[in-house]
Amino acid sequence: MKKILILSTAIAGLAAVAASAEEINVMSWGGAYTKSQVEAYGKPFTKETGIKVNWIDADNPATPIKAQVEAGNVSIDVADVEYSDAVRLCDEGLLEEIDHAMLPPAPDGTPAEEDFIPGALTDCGVANIVWSTVVAYNKENVDGAPQSIADFFDTEKFPGKRGLRKSAKANLEMALMADGVPADQVYDLLNTPEGVERAFRKLDTIKDDIVWWEAGAQPPQLLADGEVVMSTAYNGRIFNAAVSEGQPLEIMWDGQILDFDLFVIPKGAPNKENAMKFVAFATDTKRLADQASWISYGPARKSSSALVGKFMDGKTDMGPHMPTAPENMKNALVNDYEFWVDHDAELNERFNAWLAQ
Amino acid sequence: MTKELPADPHVAVVATAGGVEDGPLTMADGTSLKSAMARAQFRARLRAFLLVLPLLAFVVITFIMPIGELLKRSVYSPNFHDNMPNLVAWFAKHPPGTEPDESAYAALVADLRLLKKTKKAGLVGTRVNYELPGSRSLFTKGARKAKKLEPPYREALLKLDPKWGDPALWQVMRAAASPYTMNFYLAALDLKRDPSGKIVPVEENRRIYKMLFARTLALSLLITFLTLILAYPIAHLLATLPLSKSNLLMILVLLPFWTSLLVRTTSWMVLLQSQGVINDALVALGIIGDDGRIQMMYNKTGTVIAMTHILLPFMVLPLYSVMRTINPSYVRAARNLGATSWTAFRRIYFPQTVPGIGAGALLVFILAVGYYITPALVGGSDGTLISNLIAFHIQKSLNWSLAAALAALLLTGILILYWLYDKLVGIDNLKLG
Amino acid sequence: MALPNYASPLERIWHYTYLVICALIFLFLIAPILVVIPLSFNAEPYFTFTPKMLALDPEGYSLRWYDKLLTFGMIDPDAPRDLAWWADVWENSKWVNAAKNSFIIGIFATILATGFGTLAALGLSRPEMPFRRAIMAILISPMIVPIIITATGLFFFYSKIQISHWGIPYLGIILAHATLGIPFVIITVTATLVGFDHSLNRAAANLGADPRTTFFRVTMPLILPGVISGALFAFVTSFDEVVVVLFVGALDEQTIPRQMWNGIREQISPAILAVATILVIVSIALLTTVELLRRRSERLRGVSPR
Repeated sequence: MKKILILSTAIAGLAAVAASAEEINVMSWGGAYTKSQVEAYGKPFTKETGIKVNWIDADNPATPIKAQVEAGNVSIDVADVEYSDAVRLCDEGLLEEIDHAMLPPAPDGTPAEEDFIPGALTDCGVANIVWSTVVAYNKENVDGAPQSIADFFDTEKFPGKRGLRKSAKANLEMALMADGVPADQVYDLLNTPEGVERAFRKLDTIKDDIVWWEAGAQPPQLLADGEVVMSTAYNGRIFNAAVSEGQPLEIMWDGQILDFDLFVIPKGAPNKENAMKFVAFATDTKRLADQASWISYGPARKSSSALVGKFMDGKTDMGPHMPTAPENMKNALVNDYEFWVDHDAELNERFNAWLAQ
Repeated sequence: MTKELPADPHVAVVATAGGVEDGPLTMADGTSLKSAMARAQFRARLRAFLLVLPLLAFVVITFIMPIGELLKRSVYSPNFHDNMPNLVAWFAKHPPGTEPDESAYAALVADLRLLKKTKKAGLVGTRVNYELPGSRSLFTKGARKAKKLEPPYREALLKLDPKWGDPALWQVMRAAASPYTMNFYLAALDLKRDPSGKIVPVEENRRIYKMLFARTLALSLLITFLTLILAYPIAHLLATLPLSKSNLLMILVLLPFWTSLLVRTTSWMVLLQSQGVINDALVALGIIGDDGRIQMMYNKTGTVIAMTHILLPFMVLPLYSVMRTINPSYVRAARNLGATSWTAFRRIYFPQTVPGIGAGALLVFILAVGYYITPALVGGSDGTLISNLIAFHIQKSLNWSLAAALAALLLTGILILYWLYDKLVGIDNLKLG
Repeated sequence: MALPNYASPLERIWHYTYLVICALIFLFLIAPILVVIPLSFNAEPYFTFTPKMLALDPEGYSLRWYDKLLTFGMIDPDAPRDLAWWADVWENSKWVNAAKNSFIIGIFATILATGFGTLAALGLSRPEMPFRRAIMAILISPMIVPIIITATGLFFFYSKIQISHWGIPYLGIILAHATLGIPFVIITVTATLVGFDHSLNRAAANLGADPRTTFFRVTMPLILPGVISGALFAFVTSFDEVVVVLFVGALDEQTIPRQMWNGIREQISPAILAVATILVIVSIALLTTVELLRRRSERLRGVSPR
């Protein structure tokens, strides 16, 4: 009996320690991206408010969030999710609504609603970055340089393994673009069964040569290790591997797919008040601009753009590395969130059946 | 147990001196010896049982009840039932086969409006989407626009999307109106109900589970076979060497057994990568060219190699313990009687090791069928097993009922094997190390 | 395994071939585990032996990945390594925290499994135990049922009873790990009890010891080696378990295997190999302990080693 007593006091003690300090749990995508958020948002936030920020990694935070809310077991306060997921989860009542009025205005007094890029604010989410899915390659393992998205699907011209994200999103669009569909017709075509067929047929042509990745940190690693010669990737990860780690990686911007990442607060978040505080703090003009000096993602506020300067190494100009730089936008596709809100579930189901066959 | 009786004063046996001559033996208090014995025995049984009881209760709570919850989940999916009260009521009032009339569409629109308010359109749509792919957006879109719909609702809805008139959709909605369903088991076997309620296979491009069950079975058999081939010689060597030497060699079997599964999987990743140790060595030796590196990871090959290694000790140990007990003089006698060494092995030695083979093979097979970690890390897309799909539905697609149905099917298979193992080997004979 | 002197030349050839085959199989068993050890000292972030390593050049080797284990997740890894630095390691290093969690979970799970398991094994080994076989089958089943199924069931069960709201950290994982460890305790302890001479208990009782004294002074010391090796098995099971942690663990409940799992999937760096090396050394230590215990137990019970 005495032993049990000691045990339970020990457990209670542990519980007390865990609950004492004020903190929030923020879930993001891990690797270089989370690091940029730790530096630009987390550390200054803790300094200013005394609230500790715990960063938790996920391959795609939207999934664990949904699982947590549906299982009635929410431990995450803030999550960083893609646009279509932010809208979808909001539609399903899994997110807290965010009052746009609490977001700080730009330094010149422009209210937040006008300062954010159009579309960057939704009922439940506040965008922090513009990022893109691009094709990247290892200069040392590829003869010549791939020029277009079609080259990615051409294993004759560029032999070797390809890395692709294990999900339908972005892959289907890229497959169609590689098959000669102009960027502005991709989603119209994907809305038809024939378009989906065509995309899967194109993916079929390289299926045996694909190494699938799930976490954003994998593609730079796969490319650097030579496990694949080309891979789709989040552009910021490639930039960081190339510039700060000196890896011989190169981005091919043709056929890039642009998207927003938004901060959302899951319904029933244990520290909702502090979560709101964090979202407002992290998405003000200065923090967004700061983040861009850690990774090559564009800030979601117009007023931040002017403040974006050099990478943390002090010599690399960030401008040309942003997905929104004019020379990178020649053949770019903007992710159609409405399409994915409606079709995410069924296309992924189809994708997984295709994958397993 | 009589030997413990003296410890208990109430059941002290009375010496019969001067006692009852004829009639049954009795105790000091007059009860018959037989019933006293029975009582003592009962008490001893109870005492043994009470020792086991806390653990049994613990296992029931932390293991049996969760398994029960899993089985319930596999047939229980209340999202439609809980969030579509009007339509559920309509289905309850009208028997199956009733053509949905205006009142049905009115109930549907009322529910869609409700969904907009409760924000559950996604949940309901997802539930229907499980059985009729492509219908999730129907509900989310419907809920978004339900406010503006005006009667007659049938026309209004059909104008919004003609799919609302699809009999298959109504069939699925009727099925989903009940929170209990067997349809997830159908889905787990690549089957579905057609609009008339008949069970038919799903479309070709959505069939995966049967194939995955078959692959899991095939790979597990292959792995069991490989472990047997590899374990037999070394178990024999260990069993016939003098103890001092075999104990030393035994460490080589036990160390992998004790080493973390993740460590062993990591090691194989390091060895098998296309820029890994094995490929590098082959290139350095000039056996393959730098561009001819063999793909041994992210496919079946990787899964089979790594799992064979990981499960090998589970085959060696039972084989070894059986071989240890085989008397070497039988083989010697056979040789003396003129058998060749091959015949002696085939006719005399091998048959005696069959129980060990059975035990090891069953154990390895049972463990292999449910493997998750190793195939997830080295399996790529064609080296994954059914457990990876279960994990996928729990963590990614969030189709929990389907995951539960798949798990329940796998569990049934395992329990049959377990029962077989108990019959043939006896779980009490399970030894470790 | 000496070759009989009547062996024919063909049999001799076969015999040596056989030994070579066995050597290769042993190599297959052990080499993958040993290969990670030198690679964890690689000075370069690769998973192959660099030319410098093969030349045994000390420059090819370094402790940087072990250092990384300490500094990963720290607030200020570049500060001078004074007391504050070590405090930072203790507080924030991800691997150190994972190790702390693993130990807390492992120890509590082991205590539960060993306590309940030993008690039950005592009951199970009594000849008058009713429904012995059926109960044994239930108690062993956590080891047989694939972990993915157990984890799935626990995921549903825990979210139904809302165990995470009870305010006891790690509770769900500890209970689950205890359940997974129980079969090992049952198996090892009943194995010890099979050779247990029950007349010793009777002798103690005859000499006037009450059941309690008998248990602690006579039974316990004799079955202790079995209990300890069962406990070690239970601890290792918990220490190595990742699926349940992935399914039911709160997101901040990182353990060593979970941290490894994340690391392997994401960015397999030689730091993982450093952890692996440490774990291999731990398992060698555990293996030695269990082996010594087994011998002690056999000596105590007067069973001569086979």
